[in-house]
Amino acid sequence: MADLRSTFVGIKSPNPFWLASAPPTDKEYNVVRAFKAGWGGVVWKTLGEDPNIVNVNGPRYGYVHGPDRRLIGLNNIELITDRPLQVNLDEITAVKKAWPDRAMVVSLMVPCEEKNWAGILKRVETTGCDGVELNFGCPHGMSERGMGSAVGQVPEYIEMVARWCKAHTRMPVIVKLTPNITDVRHPARAAKKGGADAVSLINTVSSIVSVDLDTFSPNPSIDGKGSHGGYCGPAVKPIALNMVAEIARDAETRGFPISGIGGITTWRDAAEFMTLGAGNVQVCTAAMTYGFKVVQEMISGLENWMDEKSHATLGDFVGRAVPNVTDWQYLNLNFVTKAKINQDLCIKCGRCHIVCEDTSHQAITSIVNGKRQFEVIDAECVGCNLCVSVCPVEDCIDMVEMATGVDPRTQRPISPGKSNWTAHPNNPGRKVAAE
Amino acid sequence: MAADDGIKAGRLPPEQYAKNFADLHAPLSRHEAAVEADRCYFCYDAPCITACPTGIDIPMFIRQIAAGNPKGSAKTILDANIMGGMCARVCPTETLCEQACVREAAEGKPVKIGQLQRFATDALMAVGTQPFKCAATTGKRVAIVGAGPAGLACAHRLAMHGHDVTMFDARPKSAGLNEYGIAAYKAVDNFAQREVDFILGIGGIKIETGKALGRDLTLDALTKDYDAVFLGMGLPGVNGLGVPGEDLKGVEDAIRFIAELRQTKDLAKLSVGRRIVVIGGGMTAIDVAVQSKLLGAEDVTILYRRGIEHMKASVYEQDLAQTKGVRIKHGLQPKAIIGEAGHVTAIECEYTSEKLGKLAGTGETLRIEADMVFKAIGQTFDGDPLGGLVALGSGRIKVDAERRTSAVKIWAGGDCIAGGKDLTVSAVEDGKQAAESINRFLTTAV
Ligand SMILES: Cc1cc2nc3c(=O)[nH]c(=O)nc-3n(C[C@H](O)[C@H](O)[C@H](O)COP(=O)(O)OP(=O)(O)OC[C@H]3O[C@@H](n4cnc5c(N)ncnc54)[C@H](O)[C@@H]3O)c2cc1C
Ligand SMILES: Cc1cc2nc3c(=O)[nH]c(=O)nc-3n(C[C@H](O)[C@H](O)[C@H](O)COP(=O)(O)O)c2cc1C
Ligand code: SF4
Repeated sequence: MADLRSTFVGIKSPNPFWLASAPPTDKEYNVVRAFKAGWGGVVWKTLGEDPNIVNVNGPRYGYVHGPDRRLIGLNNIELITDRPLQVNLDEITAVKKAWPDRAMVVSLMVPCEEKNWAGILKRVETTGCDGVELNFGCPHGMSERGMGSAVGQVPEYIEMVARWCKAHTRMPVIVKLTPNITDVRHPARAAKKGGADAVSLINTVSSIVSVDLDTFSPNPSIDGKGSHGGYCGPAVKPIALNMVAEIARDAETRGFPISGIGGITTWRDAAEFMTLGAGNVQVCTAAMTYGFKVVQEMISGLENWMDEKSHATLGDFVGRAVPNVTDWQYLNLNFVTKAKINQDLCIKCGRCHIVCEDTSHQAITSIVNGKRQFEVIDAECVGCNLCVSVCPVEDCIDMVEMATGVDPRTQRPISPGKSNWTAHPNNPGRKVAAE
Repeated sequence: MAADDGIKAGRLPPEQYAKNFADLHAPLSRHEAAVEADRCYFCYDAPCITACPTGIDIPMFIRQIAAGNPKGSAKTILDANIMGGMCARVCPTETLCEQACVREAAEGKPVKIGQLQRFATDALMAVGTQPFKCAATTGKRVAIVGAGPAGLACAHRLAMHGHDVTMFDARPKSAGLNEYGIAAYKAVDNFAQREVDFILGIGGIKIETGKALGRDLTLDALTKDYDAVFLGMGLPGVNGLGVPGEDLKGVEDAIRFIAELRQTKDLAKLSVGRRIVVIGGGMTAIDVAVQSKLLGAEDVTILYRRGIEHMKASVYEQDLAQTKGVRIKHGLQPKAIIGEAGHVTAIECEYTSEKLGKLAGTGETLRIEADMVFKAIGQTFDGDPLGGLVALGSGRIKVDAERRTSAVKIWAGGDCIAGGKDLTVSAVEDGKQAAESINRFLTTAV
């Protein structure tokens, strides 16, 4: 039986599933319900200094729905906790005491002055929590006041605040990164340089989810006006996965602990983050969409998969995909694939044909011997995978490797060896391979 | 004789009639439509389009629903089929577009094209805007005989091209079998007349009801007075059974009964038998059987002479009848209708067997009690009003691919032409094609 116990920067939890700092972790009531449901840990909703901030009194969420109103992306203009600091600290203390085996990390956001960070850290330490997370991520509201992503977008600030925090607390310090930057490796490197124990990512992506075409107001609309929010949920997962991988494979931050966040909805999402180097994961939108019970599916799914693949512990698969993430220039150009359509499964919708015909390589027929039939023309197929992407039938189109022979498209023999762009004759800057 | 026997009105509690004759399928809600529309794959050269007799761009109209543009969707439908609203309700989609849908092949669950079509056309008709305009008037005048689906579709398309249309119909109301034939639960809330009003909304079309060709008008005169004539007269006659006892009271023509039902405001006042036998195997047989049942008849049996696989009514229609409690017996043909005091009491039928495609009685007979017998064994064309001006084939009007008859200036379409499918949607296509042909004729002829 797979062992799901997790130790992340020294913080233990019975499983790697934590709730991210957000409404689900805003109060004792919610967090106790989460722990009862089985969550391994929480990052408490971000605390700030008194007087407590206020939230809008109108709608704070916007959404992107699929046709059956499945929530694909959620956006919010909520700020950090809007309750007095001491109320939160008392509740954190009580919960940690009652649930000693669960991870309790407290998220923090205060103005960019050493005394402010030193002050709040001292008070937070009294709760008995396991660690802190520095919220340098929220892209809305707080950033206008020089906090949140306003800090996260300047690597020097990240490094500076991380250093202050490490100087003023014995607790592990996790730096939460914003995706609203051009290259996530820079803030990650800064966090490491500042002495932080880990990074967590991603926080939400700056977004406007929709515009009301009657009132011309962005949504959510507060009295006819809107402000950009932070986007999260399944829609942001690919962005988050890439950012996690970039940090995991960067020479300067390789091996630096990462807590993966962004669109995690099922065990499979979580496993993907972990193979790309995340030591554990945090979840917000999935819980806000379905309630806390979703963690039970995550636990059992991960367990079953680990058993099937004989991964005894999380360490057996964490980071396993990292070596396979590479730069484009190193991809093997001798690897040739051709699409193959399974005629027994084909339902003849013709989508593969029309997308290939209109937008790609004219490599799929629509009529063969006078009959509606969709077949790949190997002499035209570049192996691009567009047909697979649009085919509505699972496993109907396969990309099949052509390991030997001549590629009928290029008329070149398939070479058994590997060769990439760095040695390609068309590359003006190629390195000539030593023969 | 028991109290319930015989032909009686008011067999049901008064409030039950409205329930029984309500919409067969509740319309899709906006959300249901969005979910269903998302199931469409937007196929390339979509097989559903080919399967639609009017060639509606189905994937496009479904995509417009999915994108929250139901009125644009309706326009796409009406571009190809001006009776898209009625067709959405009455088309046997299970043998047309939905049979061809790739999701039928994939999972046996086609996209609900008919219901989506209704969603879109209802949305447009609710606001009542006519999305088409008449072109500048050409000064040409076209006469149309018969204001059923074929005639109305022809008229609308001609009006679009700027021609002046006058329609003549023998009945007091227009819309043909949409008004007098289609099962009541398929076209509730006076839909047939609302659709006519919608179609006439384009302008340039005049309807004269109560005017019959052969009685009030002659084809010869029409061809002289108008630049072109379209015949969409349907099939006014019905086949007889040709067995003894056909004249007994209680032996009824199904189509006449359905027409009466459709025109009855208070169905509690419409009389129906307790035990009913319907003879036939098509849509009319199913419709009269089901509606008799809904009127409170206790036993309703359809007798069909051949094997069930030959029934013209689709499997879907057969299932509908059976879920409403109608019994379908096949391999039985009527031999004699038996009566007492001039009124039918039973029907005697004979089992049949089919050898090498030939149907023959086996000699074994069966007697079924009945106080009402409906004849639903097909309609016939009546060529007399044509005065011999156009050629017939297989008893109906002969036309070419453009729906031209043998006579210049005369076109025909719908049930009255030879080789048709006898469906509302085919009648609409005939009317549309004829209008295009007439337009070509009127705009090129010098
Ligand atoms: C009981 C029944 C149920 C049906 N159910 C369905 C169904 O569910 N789905 C489906 O697709 N199809 C159904 N059909 C078939 C469909 O109704 C017809 O195919 C369609 O109505 C044919 O249209 P049309 O315009 O050719 O003829 P009709 O609708 O018959 O219209 C002909 C018009 O011509 C008029 N007319 C006739 N003779 C003259 C004359 N001498 N002078 C002036 N006017 C004249 C008539 O009064 C009538 O208004 C059904 C038919 C019947 C009988
Ligand atoms: C309503 C809402 C409020 C949030 N508030 C905070 C916060 O106070 N502090 C923080 O670090 N992140 C906050 N987040 C970001 C989440 O913790 C998380 O990083 C993000 O939602 C991505 O994860 P997900 O896709 O699982 O939701 C908030 C998210 C939501 C939806
Ligand atoms: S065949 Fe079915 S899935 Fe394909 S376009 Fe038509 S309705 Fe859509």
